[in-house]
Amino acid sequence: MKWWLGRKYNKTDVMWAFVMIAPNLLGLMFFYMWPVIQTFYFSFTEWGDFGKYHWAGLSNYETMLHDPDVWHTLRNTLLYTFLSVPISIALSIVVATLLNQKIKFVYVYRTLYFLPVVTMPAAVAMVWKWLFNSDYGLLNQLLHKLSIDGPMWLTDPMVAPFAVILVGVWSSIGYNMVIFLAGLQGISKSYYEAADLDGAGFIRKFWTITLPILSPTVFFASLISIINAFQVFDLIWMMIGDKNISLDTTQSLVYFFYEQAFVLNNEGYAAAVAMLLFALIMIVTIIQMKLQNKWVHYE
Amino acid sequence: MTSKMNAARIVIHVILIIGAVAMVFPFLWMVLTSLKTMEEATRVPIVFFPAQPVWANYSGVLQLLPFFEFFVNTVLVASAKVIGQLAFCSLAAYAFAKIDFPGKHLLFVLSLAVLMVPGQVYMLPQFLIMRDLHWLNTLKALIVPGLFSAFGMFMLRQFFMSLPNELAEAAKIDGCNQFKIYWRIMLPLTVPGLMAVAIFTMLASWNDLMWPLIVNSSPDKMTLAVGLSLLQGQFTTNFPVLMAGSVMATIPMLIIFIFFQRYFVEGISMTGSK
Repeated sequence: MKWWLGRKYNKTDVMWAFVMIAPNLLGLMFFYMWPVIQTFYFSFTEWGDFGKYHWAGLSNYETMLHDPDVWHTLRNTLLYTFLSVPISIALSIVVATLLNQKIKFVYVYRTLYFLPVVTMPAAVAMVWKWLFNSDYGLLNQLLHKLSIDGPMWLTDPMVAPFAVILVGVWSSIGYNMVIFLAGLQGISKSYYEAADLDGAGFIRKFWTITLPILSPTVFFASLISIINAFQVFDLIWMMIGDKNISLDTTQSLVYFFYEQAFVLNNEGYAAAVAMLLFALIMIVTIIQMKLQNKWVHYE
Repeated sequence: MTSKMNAARIVIHVILIIGAVAMVFPFLWMVLTSLKTMEEATRVPIVFFPAQPVWANYSGVLQLLPFFEFFVNTVLVASAKVIGQLAFCSLAAYAFAKIDFPGKHLLFVLSLAVLMVPGQVYMLPQFLIMRDLHWLNTLKALIVPGLFSAFGMFMLRQFFMSLPNELAEAAKIDGCNQFKIYWRIMLPLTVPGLMAVAIFTMLASWNDLMWPLIVNSSPDKMTLAVGLSLLQGQFTTNFPVLMAGSVMATIPMLIIFIFFQRYFVEGISMTGSK
């Protein structure tokens, strides 16, 4: 039986439903869904002057395979993601656990830890760039007091990726902390009371009760964080920029995409890079979903 | 037992305070630097406080760049997006949550798919649309694509789903149509959800750098984030002025955050728990 015969719909309700979803749905189709299809198509084209393009088959993907820049940006993006996300998640679990104890000023702490999340990344990058300044920056001046010669934080290609990661972690702790606090508040007190009777200490309770029950939240938070980290752009654009010799070890996939699409006018190539990013995010999401059964405990 | 617990509390506070200092110090340093002279800012050994606050750094920013215009543009763009998303997303969210209609599941999954796609995948065609509409270097380019959102719709749908259907029965018997039920009965009950969506949209719009960078290059149509990057380009080493600009660009959002903190936290916890 056809679906429209199988169910009775109220005609006026259906009419209203379509009127109500139309604006958002048409907007999403025109500005988001159709462009995704277009980008997919563009990734098989080559662009010339004046926005003219022609079919180029798989050539963009082939170029990508042999382009050392793509491999560097891929390496940088993966390094940034898989270093900053675990550190940020671990630290924010610690902070959330501490805030979940019966202590005073929880509200104040939460506000302070959350501040970096609401601050414009462009401004965050400027302040850190200043803190990292190798001659007059606060960090190196303090290190100097301890008789340590501070590194060239942003202009030493070996150090710069880690400086960017530090800022990435700093600005994401607050967000994850709020997610974990919500998760922790959902844990029933009775588990802890039972553990208290057994004489379990703080650390033991954390490993045997808190972390297992929190694991679905950890799973969700890491997935979101990884997806965000894959798209890092603002920090690198503002802190490093294209005149810095560290660009080679710091530029991310999205930075590379931006340069190709909007500075160098290699639109077809940029589209292929965007598809690569898309594929990466899909792969990580699928892997996470599969691994989920191994370490996530649902009550 | 109690002294042991007190000791534990002190340890917890010490750890939290160290962390909090690390979180807040960059802001403090930003403000302190913005009030120093160039000489004070770059003196070795370091000086923490300016001998005399130099407000001229702030007027310096205002003289060198149309910062006030950036501010107005940023506010306009953010407000327009908030209003558009609240209207369009809540309408669609209500229909998806409370009305039975053919093709509902398919259309919902289709819009959710947008959430999975990283922004860069649709950015280039979006730029071409803006160019073809002759919207580059206008506020329209910043506003219009952001009037629609899969995220906002998804969040509000969760809110509508949590409202019992019985609320609408009486109104239905009285002959109210779905729009009236949405407008008079359901919408007023989702105010916390609307606030959360408004706050998220506002924040994302205020802080966004990449899209404004791509579509608007003329200074009178720029937003604060792009303005900051312009400032950095012009005054690479004038740290006090750069910091003054950063303070001015971030303060409005920080104030909004302090007043509406509850909604930030609720919104994030909500996305996290479902």
